[in-house]
Amino acid sequence: MDNLEQAFNEIIEKDLKVEPRDWMPEKYRANNIRQISQHAHSEVIGMQPEGNWLLRAPSLRAKQVLLAKIQDEAGHGLYLYSVAETLGISRQEMIEQLHSGKAKYSSIFNYPALTWADMGAIGWLVDGAAIVNQVSLQRTSYGPYSRGMVRICKEESFHQRQGYEIMIHMANGTPEQKAMAQDALNRFWEPALMMFGPHDKDSAHTSDSMKWKIKRETNDTLRQKFIDKTVPQIEFLGLEVPDKNCKWNEETGHYDHSPFNWDEFWNVVKGNGPCNAERLEHHKKAHNDNAWVREAAYQYAKKTEGELV
Amino acid sequence: MEKGDKVWEVFIQKKPGLAFKHAGSVHGYDKKMAIQNARDLYTRRGEGREIWVVETTHIVSVPLDQADAFFDPSIDKPYRLADFYKIPDGVENI
Repeated sequence: MDNLEQAFNEIIEKDLKVEPRDWMPEKYRANNIRQISQHAHSEVIGMQPEGNWLLRAPSLRAKQVLLAKIQDEAGHGLYLYSVAETLGISRQEMIEQLHSGKAKYSSIFNYPALTWADMGAIGWLVDGAAIVNQVSLQRTSYGPYSRGMVRICKEESFHQRQGYEIMIHMANGTPEQKAMAQDALNRFWEPALMMFGPHDKDSAHTSDSMKWKIKRETNDTLRQKFIDKTVPQIEFLGLEVPDKNCKWNEETGHYDHSPFNWDEFWNVVKGNGPCNAERLEHHKKAHNDNAWVREAAYQYAKKTEGELV
Repeated sequence: MEKGDKVWEVFIQKKPGLAFKHAGSVHGYDKKMAIQNARDLYTRRGEGREIWVVETTHIVSVPLDQADAFFDPSIDKPYRLADFYKIPDGVENI
């Protein structure tokens, strides 16, 4: 082992942070790029299901809140692209990888947002699951990623609360509204739990990522944390957990759950979910339709170079 | 990188009297776009009252393989630190 590798191992062992210019194993770099770009793409693609409801939000307040949330998601995507760029990949390359299908984003965004209650379920469950993951990632070993997570976590808690507020309104509204809330919960519950990724024993990247402290807790640990937090919130709403086996287990001190439908998960990851094609097409279209903006910005910058702001 | 696109480092001063602190980076084709993007990205919740943006390529830093030598003599002069000097008991406010 040479000195550089030894220095890197020491950083990991002592729970210090790896910074962009430090030597790191190529696989550490690659794992970080894969995870961070996937995280960034998820933020960006995640704007689409919500954007779908902007013009149909039931009140001006709801519309303002949703707009602010979507703006945050765009911001989070940009923080994360910047973080990945410190590892030597450009944002342009990442977007090309998204478009070619080489880079993935969270499968949850390949489900449609059918009703206004879905805006509640997404904020509460999808952002809620993301927060559990991101809180853990604040302690990730790559310095810029860790700092990005601290910033994102500060902003994200509003997202989950606004989602839960929608659920409270719906669950306490007319019987139809309550049914809508239950339906949204039914559809998003299992996909939200699968956001944490495959079980630890089936997770391709977990062991290296844990060894290098890119991930601090395993998929299953984080998933269980989320279930334990969320079940009482479901009960408060007066809704039913859409899993008959989800019961408190005195022995383990956790809620049990039924096995998940991983066939569906992998099917959606492979591109066959209800909205995969639509999401990607929309992103490509927006990117290509706006090429003229980038060209104009370039020409304008050339013309005004040297001027003060 | 897209043609003409640049990366800028963003520094934010939270309030008067505090030092500027590195917040992250942002893309922009020119100075004005960079500083507006930095505002939209890093100060949506009153995080700052002043922003600096600097093109990343303009930042000068010490090559990592020379860093040890570069910073080497900085802690071998204990007489630069206050606790190097012994002050007798009974002497106050120093």
